[in-house]
Amino acid sequence: MSLILVQVIVSGLLLGAVYALFSSGLTLIWGMMNVVNFAHGDFVMLGMYSAVMVWTALGGGPFAAVPVAAMLIATLGVLSYFMLVRHIMKGPMLAQILGTFGLALFLRYAAFWYFGANFKTLPDTLVGGSFVFMGLRFEGSRVLAGAMGLGITLLLHFILTRTAIGSRMLAVSEDATAAQLMGIRPQRMQALAWGMAGAATGIAGALIANFFYTSPTVGETLAILAFVTVSFGGFGSVLGALVAGLIIGVVESLSAYLIGPVYKDVIVYILFVLVLWFRPQGLMGKT
Amino acid sequence: MTVLLKIEHLEVKYGDLIGVADVSLEVPKGSVVALLGSNGAGKTTTLNAIAGIAAVSKGSVTFSGENIAGQPAYAIVRKGLALSPEGWRLFTQQSVENNLMLGATPLGDRGRIPRLLERVYAVFPRLAERRLQRAGTMSGGERQMLAVGRALMSEPQLLLLDEPSLGLAPAIVDTMYDSFAALHKEGLTILLAEQSVDLALEAAEYAYVLQVGRTVLEGPAQTMADNPDVQRIYLGME
Repeated sequence: MSLILVQVIVSGLLLGAVYALFSSGLTLIWGMMNVVNFAHGDFVMLGMYSAVMVWTALGGGPFAAVPVAAMLIATLGVLSYFMLVRHIMKGPMLAQILGTFGLALFLRYAAFWYFGANFKTLPDTLVGGSFVFMGLRFEGSRVLAGAMGLGITLLLHFILTRTAIGSRMLAVSEDATAAQLMGIRPQRMQALAWGMAGAATGIAGALIANFFYTSPTVGETLAILAFVTVSFGGFGSVLGALVAGLIIGVVESLSAYLIGPVYKDVIVYILFVLVLWFRPQGLMGKT
Repeated sequence: MTVLLKIEHLEVKYGDLIGVADVSLEVPKGSVVALLGSNGAGKTTTLNAIAGIAAVSKGSVTFSGENIAGQPAYAIVRKGLALSPEGWRLFTQQSVENNLMLGATPLGDRGRIPRLLERVYAVFPRLAERRLQRAGTMSGGERQMLAVGRALMSEPQLLLLDEPSLGLAPAIVDTMYDSFAALHKEGLTILLAEQSVDLALEAAEYAYVLQVGRTVLEGPAQTMADNPDVQRIYLGME
């Protein structure tokens, strides 16, 4: 295999790991409580602005931005749960859709008001430009984003499947009444899920901000990608989001290289349609 | 004898429907009490109301001297009252051991878990064999054992059992009731809802009979077993 092809696949995997991370919050919330968070893209957008703010205020690199974004968006997630989601869950599906969609619009236009409509970018130098390793060229920001994306998505999966708190969260998602008989407070677990999803989403935003423009409407673009990744991988499955993210990343870079950058989205969506055609529940979703 | 649980004039409504109209009963500490009645008499509703997963609309539920009616289920189980519910309601996606560990959530002292797990595995050796299997893949008898085992993991003073014999093979039912007797000997108080009168009256010391949501008859298990009214009128048997 030619070196350039390896290069393309590696960049695809790095990108895919970030897709996985910013989709994992969406899939976690769905898995926990069957709610689609239409404000998810705007959570990512605010994570990106957190990174921009940290850089403007402190001049700090992504290492300062990541924990700040994680905390801010986790708080936003928990607040959204207690002030909005908890109440609209009692209503019909339409109320949930309109409720979180309303939250999305609120956050988006709050960002317009506060940050302005101009695109913001972080300087490349923050994460050390690029370097050559084993004949492959890497951009520091993308390597960092890819590695953290992979690490944090796996961590989320680990928490859900291997820890006592994860087991309680899954218990609430399967049967909230039975969970109460175990002494578990369903609302606490659901708030925790929103906090965890928020943290993961905020981190994803802070990482993406290093190589992607930040604007109040960037959430729309990213949300579509997150919805594709999540339905590709199977709604509710963090591991599914990881696998789907990696596949989408690689397919995207391969088709950009082999066919042309203009067609990369076409190929991704064709693949997406095929997967849903033959496996409507997604790669790892439950029937 | 001290009364561990006392229910007075319990009423439970599901919207406009009445699940239980007027139930009163007492469970002395250290006893086994049976709740009898045909399908739809209100046994499950009564147990669910005690455990806090059905809303009490009237009356009181006093446990260890405290009125727990209206408290949320997650608070009630922490007071030492565990329910093995109708339909088991296991966490089917998770392993047998995870289900048991979830049952231990109310414990303040996590250090007690290994000993409690050991006790449950001693009562139900089958569960030890299936430790890592997903709960959803088990047979009916095994699920019943797991539901009871899970309730025991919170070290309750009072165990509420909803139809533990339902749908099980006779051999498994015998094993199950043997283990209830063993738990009773250890000092556990049990309130048992059963459709199978003979089983319940053999295991219990005292029994209440429910009919359309009301307690209509009560007495020591022995006299109830000999009472033709119980069999004929209230339980629909000839």
